[in-house]
Amino acid sequence: MNSTTMISSLEAPRRLRTTGGFLLALAVLLMIGAPLAIYPLFLIKILCFALFAAAFNLVLGYVGLLSFGHAAFFGGAAYITAHAAKVWQLPLELAVLAGTAFAALLGLAFGMLAIRRHGIYFAMITLALAQMIYFMAVQMPFTGGEDGIQAVPRGYLLGIVDLRNITAMYYTVLGGTVLGLVIIWRTVNSPFGHILSAIRENETRVTSLGLKPERYKLIAFTLSAALSGFAGALKAIAFQLASLVDVTWHMSGEVILMTLLGGMGTLIGPIVGASIVVGLEHFLSTSGLPITFIIGLFFVVCVMMFRRGVFGELKVLIERSKP
Amino acid sequence: MTDIFGVPIAVLLGQLLLGLINGSFYALLSLGLAIIFGMLNVINFAHGAFYMLGGFAAWLLLSALGLGYWETLMAAPLMVGALGAVVERLFLKRLYRVDHLYSLLLTFGIALMLEGLFRHIFGAAGKPYPIPPSLTGGINLGFMFLPMYRAWVIAASLAVCIATWLAIERTKLGAYLRAATENPGLVQAFGINVPLMLTLTYAFCVGLAGFAGALAAPLYQVSPGMGSSVIIVVFAVVVIGGMGSIGGAIVTALALGVIEGLTKTFYPAASSIAVFVVMVLVILIRPSGLFSREA
Repeated sequence: MNSTTMISSLEAPRRLRTTGGFLLALAVLLMIGAPLAIYPLFLIKILCFALFAAAFNLVLGYVGLLSFGHAAFFGGAAYITAHAAKVWQLPLELAVLAGTAFAALLGLAFGMLAIRRHGIYFAMITLALAQMIYFMAVQMPFTGGEDGIQAVPRGYLLGIVDLRNITAMYYTVLGGTVLGLVIIWRTVNSPFGHILSAIRENETRVTSLGLKPERYKLIAFTLSAALSGFAGALKAIAFQLASLVDVTWHMSGEVILMTLLGGMGTLIGPIVGASIVVGLEHFLSTSGLPITFIIGLFFVVCVMMFRRGVFGELKVLIERSKP
Repeated sequence: MTDIFGVPIAVLLGQLLLGLINGSFYALLSLGLAIIFGMLNVINFAHGAFYMLGGFAAWLLLSALGLGYWETLMAAPLMVGALGAVVERLFLKRLYRVDHLYSLLLTFGIALMLEGLFRHIFGAAGKPYPIPPSLTGGINLGFMFLPMYRAWVIAASLAVCIATWLAIERTKLGAYLRAATENPGLVQAFGINVPLMLTLTYAFCVGLAGFAGALAAPLYQVSPGMGSSVIIVVFAVVVIGGMGSIGGAIVTALALGVIEGLTKTFYPAASSIAVFVVMVLVILIRPSGLFSREA
C-alpha cells in the first residue's frame, strides 16, 4: 500500500461522514416513529442485532480481524444477564452491566489467546473457543440446558418505568442501541480508530512507527466483545429469554453475514445488514423454506458478487457522483 | 478385573479404541484441510459438509440403489470429489486473488447450504447404516473384545493417510505439488498445468472427507449435522498441530482422539471440551503449533 492510497483511505470518510451522520440521524428518527407502524418486538430484535453487527464490524471492518466466535459474547452475556435478573434479582441496569462485563472479560481472554496467531488461524481459534463456551452452556446447571433461562423479569428502568409495557421496553432498547452506536462511532473516528485502520492496511508499518499493534487489537477486540455482550443482554431482557441458540456457531456466522451483506468497514452497513437478515428470517420462518440454506446462499452470492455489501456499494456510488 | 484409578481396564481400553477411531476421522479430515491450505491458501470450512455428504452418498447408494458396502465406499468419495471439483472451478478459483477471508466465508456459506438442504430433505434424525456382513463380529483379544468393523476403520484410515503422505513426500507428482505451493508461477513456467492441479488437489482432499463420511456411516448414524459438529474439533486439531506438516497433522489428530477418549473415561463432563483445552494450552506454550515450521 503506497502513501497516496493510505491518505485517500483516511480522507474519504471525512467527506462521507456528513452523509453518514445524516443517514444515521434519519435512521434514528425513523426508529423513534417506527412502533406506530411495525410490531415493537420485531423492531427490538432488529435493534439488538444491529448493535451486535456494528460491534462485530469494529473488529472485522476496522481492524481486519475475522472472529468466528462472537456468539460466545452475545449469548454468554444473555445468560449472565438473565441469571442476574431472575435468580439474583438484581435491578435491570446492574443485570445488563453484569452481562456486559462478563462479555468484556471473555473477550479479553479470547483476544489474548487468538491475537497470538494471525489471519486464518485467528478465525479458527475464536471459533474453537466459542464452541467451548457453547458446550459449557449445554452442561452447566444454571443455564437450564435445552430450555434456557425462561421468564426473565424485565424490571423497571431506573426503578421507575415499568418495562412490562412493550413501548417502554422498545424505547429503552433504542436508547441502549444508540448509546452503543455512538461509542462505536466515537471510537472509529478517534486517533485510536485511525491507528486501527492503519493496522488493517499495513501492520508492519504501524510497528515501525513504534506502536504495538497487538495491544491495539486487544483493546478493540475487548471493546467489540463488550458491546456484543451489551446487545445480548438487551435481547435477554426484552425477550425474557436466554437460550442455546444465541451461543451456537450459527449465530457467529449470522453476524458475519449481517456485516458482510450490509457492508463491512462502514457505520451504517451492519445496521442495514442486520435489518435485512432479521427481516428475511422473519419472513422465511412462516414460509416453510429452509432458512439455513438461504442464509448460506446469501453468503455465497455476497462473496462472489458484491463483496462491499449493500451500503458499501451505495457508498461507492455516492463517492463517484460527487466531484 | 484390574482397575486403573477405579476404572475397569476393559472400559478404559474400549474408550481408547473409540478415541483412536475418532482420531482416525480427525486425521483424514485434518490431512485434507492441511493440504488444501498448503496448496490453495484456502481454509475449507465446507470440509465437514463434504464429510456429511460422503455419509449420505453411502446411505443413499445403499438404500435407494441397493449397492453393497465396498462399491459404496469406492463410489461415495468419487461423487464427493467430483462435486468438490465443480465448487473449485465455479467459485473458489475466482477468489484466489482476494483476501483469504473471502474463501473462508464462501466455503462457510456452502457448508450452510449443504447442511440446510439435507436437513430440509431428510430431517435432522440420524439414518442407520448396517455394518457389512463381512465385517461384523469381532476378535477376542483376551483382555478386550475388538469389533471387526472398528479395527477396519482404524486400519483403512491410517492406510489412506500414510499413502497420501507418501504420495506427497516421495513421488514426482507430490514434488510438483510441493513446488507449486512454494512458487506457482515458476512451476507453471515449466509447463505444468497448475490450475488443473489445484482443482484436482481440492477434489482429492474433499474426496478424502467423503471417504471418511462413508467409513463413519455404519459407526455413527448419518445425519445432516454430523459435519458441523466434527469440523470445529478438526479446526482445533489443525491449530494445535500447525498446518506446516502433513505427518504432524496425522499424529496430532490421533493423539487428540485418544486424549478425548481418556477424558471420557476419567472425567466425562469435560470430554466435549478436552480438545479445546489442549488447544488453549498449546497456544499459550507454543503459539505457532506443535509441528509448525515457522516457529
